[in-house]
Amino acid sequence: MLRFILTRVSLVIPTFLGITFLTFILIRLVPGDPIEVRVGERGIAPERLAAFRHELGLDQPLWQQFLDYVGHVLSGDFGLSLITHNPVLSEFVTLFPATLELALCAMLFATLIGLPAGILAAVKRGSLFDHGVMGASLTGYSMPIFWWGLLLILFFSVALGWTPVSGRLDLVYYVEPVTGFMLIDTLMAGDYDAFRSALSHLILPTIVLGTVPLAVVARMTRSAMLEVLGEDYIRTARAKGLADRRVIGMHALRNALIPVVTVIGLQVGTLLGGAILTETIFSWPGVGKWLIESINRRDYPALQGGVLLIATSVILVNLLVDVLYGVLNPRIRHAR
Amino acid sequence: MSAEISTQSDPAVAVSRPPHPLAEFWYHFKQNKGALLGLVVILLIAVIAVLAGVLAPHDPDIQYRDAILSPPVWQEGGTWTYLLGTDDIGRDMLSRLMYGARLSMLIGLIVVTLSLAVGLGLGLLAGFFGGMADVLIMRAMDILLALPSLLLAVVVAAILGPGLTNAMLAVSVVVIPHYARLTRAAVMAEVNKDYVVASRVAGAGPLRLMLIVVLPNCLAPLIVQATLGFSTAILDAAALGFLGLGAQPPTPEWGTMLASSLQFLQRAPWVVTWPGVAILVTVLAFNLLGDGLRDALDPKLKR
Repeated sequence: MLRFILTRVSLVIPTFLGITFLTFILIRLVPGDPIEVRVGERGIAPERLAAFRHELGLDQPLWQQFLDYVGHVLSGDFGLSLITHNPVLSEFVTLFPATLELALCAMLFATLIGLPAGILAAVKRGSLFDHGVMGASLTGYSMPIFWWGLLLILFFSVALGWTPVSGRLDLVYYVEPVTGFMLIDTLMAGDYDAFRSALSHLILPTIVLGTVPLAVVARMTRSAMLEVLGEDYIRTARAKGLADRRVIGMHALRNALIPVVTVIGLQVGTLLGGAILTETIFSWPGVGKWLIESINRRDYPALQGGVLLIATSVILVNLLVDVLYGVLNPRIRHAR
Repeated sequence: MSAEISTQSDPAVAVSRPPHPLAEFWYHFKQNKGALLGLVVILLIAVIAVLAGVLAPHDPDIQYRDAILSPPVWQEGGTWTYLLGTDDIGRDMLSRLMYGARLSMLIGLIVVTLSLAVGLGLGLLAGFFGGMADVLIMRAMDILLALPSLLLAVVVAAILGPGLTNAMLAVSVVVIPHYARLTRAAVMAEVNKDYVVASRVAGAGPLRLMLIVVLPNCLAPLIVQATLGFSTAILDAAALGFLGLGAQPPTPEWGTMLASSLQFLQRAPWVVTWPGVAILVTVLAFNLLGDGLRDALDPKLKR
């Protein structure tokens, strides 16, 4: 078991180094000198320019710069934002819980609806319900989510006035951030009005961000169920007279869940990518919106650090899913 | 006696002869109504895209100052002159959408061609030669796959600078690993089969083995992926346009159109509705077609 985990962890290290290299190179491809970006168009005396370059390590050879960069990253130093002059890591850590809360809610939404819908569609294969679920999930999968978000705002926020248009909490409430999760923080503060406000702010972004994963989960569950339902052991279970409910719930679902869990794990990347669009539409104060703002402000250290941190969290989640998978399923642990 | 046997077996031979692969493919494909619908919609959009110059009732860039934010024809105040209404500076929506179709089809075509060519090449090299080449190429692909695709596209577009060409490049880079992986897997499944070994023994060089012997037998999954790739390309390019990193106004790209008229969302919902509908319908059509192709080309699911 330990060997399995260690192998998986060691496989991640080159990927992490690769991502670090990629972000390092990408920022150097930006047209224009980083010093000029910082100084502006007024110009600078040659001696000060040289001093600046030395200070930032830009007079070193490229490989030296890369090694320095990796060293800094490993010690948690992702540089300073050009605009706010705060450490990039601390900005990221402050904003990340907002993104995480949204992403978790979206995943929950997708799973709670997608799983039963997929199971039912498979059991009632060829029925109207099945066709409805398949059609809806294909539409959801094809949805431009930025447009979908606007439609929902137009309908639920503007026309009906049910939900707020943007942000995480009404301005009249203030809750001390403890966990960074607004739902938990408001509950811990015992402020139920604030909790309700936080909840109503979450609904639309959750639906928008959860739409594509919902479609994927429903489709995947259906096809996994269909495959399992055709197996011999299901026929055996039916033949020995077990009730439908038991055959589907116990024998089929358990085995169908394996590929579904993998797919849910793989959706983490999609969620963090989709967060860029969702957070921009709903002015959700998370890392996605922050990245787009960093791009618009040409804040390259923030962009570089943010991309690296997001990629690292995706790698870590995938690693976690991988290991969990091996723990749950011995066939994978012992394969090769 | 012998004549009798031959007359008996003749019809049997005719019946058991396998149908032409294309005919068999079409037989399976046309049973899927969704895929047929997708194909028809795509052909329709393609015709609109090609003939946009003839079909569009107006010039997409002309601003009709006396018809700013004119609603679609069936709404109060709409006119037949502007069927789907006009945008915030009086340009005809329908005409812009038609020219937008041209852009979106072009985006899909270029992105798929570019990423398919690079991914196919890398996958062939990795699958065919194995060893160090395989490890290096597939590790690099894993790194690209570790980044959320839209994030990577956003970063590449931000660094190259906003614009349609750069957006297409960014989206192409993002999807290369999918083709590389598929090609590699298909090549590895084929490369040790008897017919490949036979042509190797017969003296075929590596280039001939790769491109003429092995590649044609790896095409089915790639055709499916390329079709689905159209929808990803159109969707991602529109998302980049929406974020201000893709095509720049006044280009009538659907995502850009959506973003540039956002502040009129409440007063004139149609300026936001139509580009979104156009994106959704096009992407949906390609997904339907891709699914149908997969079902028709995948021997595992046949029969």
